[in-house]
Amino acid sequence: MSAGVSVGLVVNPVAGLGGAAGLKGSDGAEVQRAALARGATPRAGERAARAVRALLSRRPGTRLVTVPGPMGEHSARAAGAPYDLVRAGLASEPGPSAATTARDTRRAVLAMAGVDLLLFAGGDGTARDVLDAVRELRERGERVPPVLGIPAGVKVYSGCFAVSPAAAGTLAAAYLSATPGGSATPGRSGTPGLPGTSGGSGTPGGGPGRAALAEAEVVDLDEERYRQGLVSPVLYGALPVPAAPAALSGRKAGSSGTAPGTVEGIAREVVSRMRPGVRHVLGPGATTRAVGRELGLATTLLGVDVVERVEAVEAVEAVEGAEGAEGGERDGAGGRLVAADVSEAELAGLVGGRETVLVLSVIGGQGFVLGRGNQQVSPRVLRAVLGDAPGARTGRLLVLATQQKLAALGGRPLLADSGDEDLDRMLAGHVQVITGYHESTIYRISAASEESNG
Amino acid sequence: MNTAEPFAELPVAPKPPLRRFHQARWDEPIIFELSTPGRRGIAVPEPGAPRVELPESVRRAEPPKLPELAQPQVVRHYLRLSQENLGHDLNIDVGQGTCTMKYSPKVNDRFAAAVAELHPLQHEDTVQGVLEIYWRMERMLAEISGMSRVSLQPGSGSAAIYANVAMIRAYHAARGETHRDQVITTMFSHPSNAACAKVAGFEVITLMPDADGLPDIEALRAAVGPRTAALMITNPEDTGIFNPRIREFVDLVHEAGGLACYDQANANGILGITRARDAGFDLCHFNLHKTFSTPHACGGPAAGACGVSADLAPFLPGPVVAFDGSAYTLETPERSIGKVRPFLGVTPNIVRAYAWIMSLGAEGLRQVAETAALNNNYLMSKILAIPGASAPWGRRRIEQVRYSWQELSEETGVHSEEIGVRAADFGVHYWTSHHPYLVPEPFTLEPTESYSKEDLDEYAAILAHVADEARRDPELVKGAPYNQSVHKIDPSPLDDPKAWAPTWRAYVRKHLS
Repeated sequence: MSAGVSVGLVVNPVAGLGGAAGLKGSDGAEVQRAALARGATPRAGERAARAVRALLSRRPGTRLVTVPGPMGEHSARAAGAPYDLVRAGLASEPGPSAATTARDTRRAVLAMAGVDLLLFAGGDGTARDVLDAVRELRERGERVPPVLGIPAGVKVYSGCFAVSPAAAGTLAAAYLSATPGGSATPGRSGTPGLPGTSGGSGTPGGGPGRAALAEAEVVDLDEERYRQGLVSPVLYGALPVPAAPAALSGRKAGSSGTAPGTVEGIAREVVSRMRPGVRHVLGPGATTRAVGRELGLATTLLGVDVVERVEAVEAVEAVEGAEGAEGGERDGAGGRLVAADVSEAELAGLVGGRETVLVLSVIGGQGFVLGRGNQQVSPRVLRAVLGDAPGARTGRLLVLATQQKLAALGGRPLLADSGDEDLDRMLAGHVQVITGYHESTIYRISAASEESNG
Repeated sequence: MNTAEPFAELPVAPKPPLRRFHQARWDEPIIFELSTPGRRGIAVPEPGAPRVELPESVRRAEPPKLPELAQPQVVRHYLRLSQENLGHDLNIDVGQGTCTMKYSPKVNDRFAAAVAELHPLQHEDTVQGVLEIYWRMERMLAEISGMSRVSLQPGSGSAAIYANVAMIRAYHAARGETHRDQVITTMFSHPSNAACAKVAGFEVITLMPDADGLPDIEALRAAVGPRTAALMITNPEDTGIFNPRIREFVDLVHEAGGLACYDQANANGILGITRARDAGFDLCHFNLHKTFSTPHACGGPAAGACGVSADLAPFLPGPVVAFDGSAYTLETPERSIGKVRPFLGVTPNIVRAYAWIMSLGAEGLRQVAETAALNNNYLMSKILAIPGASAPWGRRRIEQVRYSWQELSEETGVHSEEIGVRAADFGVHYWTSHHPYLVPEPFTLEPTESYSKEDLDEYAAILAHVADEARRDPELVKGAPYNQSVHKIDPSPLDDPKAWAPTWRAYVRKHLS
């Protein structure tokens, strides 16, 4: 029954090395050597094996595809799983202890692009390598497999990781079981219409018989800054993952506990508040990109975009000629992309002297709203938009987050690190966070410089 | 050599520590599938009177497609279904999430049966006894809550919350303040508050818990303003944590011109100890089935009660019972929001709740709350001794606790829901109704005053056993249940409107044709 279903496995064998050694990460050969010198033992391989065991106990006979050596084969063998090897030209192939690099992870992913689901063991750095390979596949116009992270790194803030190795295995099994004939909706991943983030909403047409995919953000910290005590998450992109929030790091549980369309609900709320002629600055992130989608615009995931809502009549005019628009009525809002992926200087020019609203999402697990991945929103841009009264009630700063993302903060505040500490202190207080359609919360925001990074 | 279990050697075998439970499994078809055309349960005699010709407009073209069965098949069918069930009268029902199960004394059913023959359209003069019960019940709930008037009309807890939202809306409209379009609630207030507010057209602002698990009062300070219509809050919240600054919350909302509405659906922790009006609330509601011992009846007919201050009394749903010192009459309040269900209310449940309160008296009600809190804290001490179980925020709880299996789940890959299902193999269970899912791998236990120490010991022992199984053999737990009527269900149709079939007709249309 499982015939034809194949699961790829990539292990970053050095992931997690630096954690136990107190090195706050494992990026770079020097740090890895230092960790080994401090007596650290590699754990990623064993964690990957645990995920494989959990997968096989639920779906015996699943065909495992992996690469030779510590980047997969060893874990497959440790789990007692039958496996097929693909050659990817890895540095590690000659022997079990050879050093592996980010390039090896990318090569392994590229060599296994045909699998129905790709499991990778590592941390946020590994997720970035997988993302790079996925980008390469997309550039070549090739199929991108859904991926799922087995948490094995020091930093695991990205939404593409399951909460534990066992959870990764059971989630993979559930996903494959819901996929008819093991064909994991090829070609769907990576399309702009794919909704959802790690908080999880189903793919249109999902349901029984078709496994749904969601888009999970990949974030990483700058390890050098992290070691200096400065937490600095950056959003790198998004990966297609099985939409099963129960076991993803979104920390949601229960079979029917999902709120489908939460991200779409947030986007609809933002658009319903937009008044024509008011400029809206959309920061990076999957949630803000959903706002662009709600306006019918192709805004960027990683860049800062400037949009405006246009009157319904204008929107109809914009599409006229294509199809007969009847009576000036159009469901939903229309939008105009003023500028995409702007620089700080361009943004400053676009917001000066006119009514503007900043729409920002929370980046990464630490709650950063400003200063992480959206440095284009600089102190002078903030001052131009917010004036002297940046409170919860001005409506000129809209923060977007799912309730799950806020819950994951465990009561800690959102953080602002705009680069101007006086401005950050002025922003500190409470800000309205939109969590859904006609749903919001009021949440504390602090200057990052005044919060200790513990 | 005797290989039998040691307890089998005694004339009357002692029971093992955990029950060797096995639920009935009848493989019973749907009653429509048992239908045979022409079969009847009763042979109805000819009426011996002329037939009444119905007007064409109300006459059916085809007879209704009802199942056709004889009496023994009907009795057998429903008895079998009743054996495939776990209700309060069968199991230690402390795990229904926020649903709050307690024992409903059987004698109260006999009092309820006494009013079964009444017709809701009877003239007031002929139902003075029932109206007196309504009046006295209203006065007792007013005393318990400190409110001026109480409506017993709502058919459930959410109907009562909706009635309160409707009164809030009408109150502001009557004062020309229709711009008040925001309702503030908290993350761990029962989600029906947010849902009802949204249905009534309000924008909902939800306050998140702070690092101590309490709603952030500074966030409330930033949230209130000229658009604030009301605060709708549960206390203790669904975490079981009591908010000691509740009076400040109410005052902040009042200063902004909003109303304060207390969800007391479950008042088991506070009966006779605190009163909504004493904390400044303008409205509150009770679920008679959660606090006053009437049956839940599987989603209905339950009963709710809305209590309001004197200022809100003119907006109550109608009719209400009035008493002039000699006779009871029905009247509709001056600016009533109208009816929230037909007639007066769910009369049999009003009678049961009235009997329950009368049997306990004021001291008895307070003892209910004290026993419920004691039971809960006893069970919490047993649960927290199970490795892998935790209670986030670590604070003292009143009448319930939202626990977490996060640690166990991350170690074993076994989810909370699966632990609840495996517990059903031992004749108990818990239900994972914990929206919103903020606590990872949640389970919510609430022993009301109904449960004995032995009940709580047995329940905790079952969970400890299943948690241990999850460590030793996670697949065993994930494969559960084994001793139940239904072994596994596929939950995915619940998320797919195309697969929903709340009626047989829909099932035939969507799945059989």
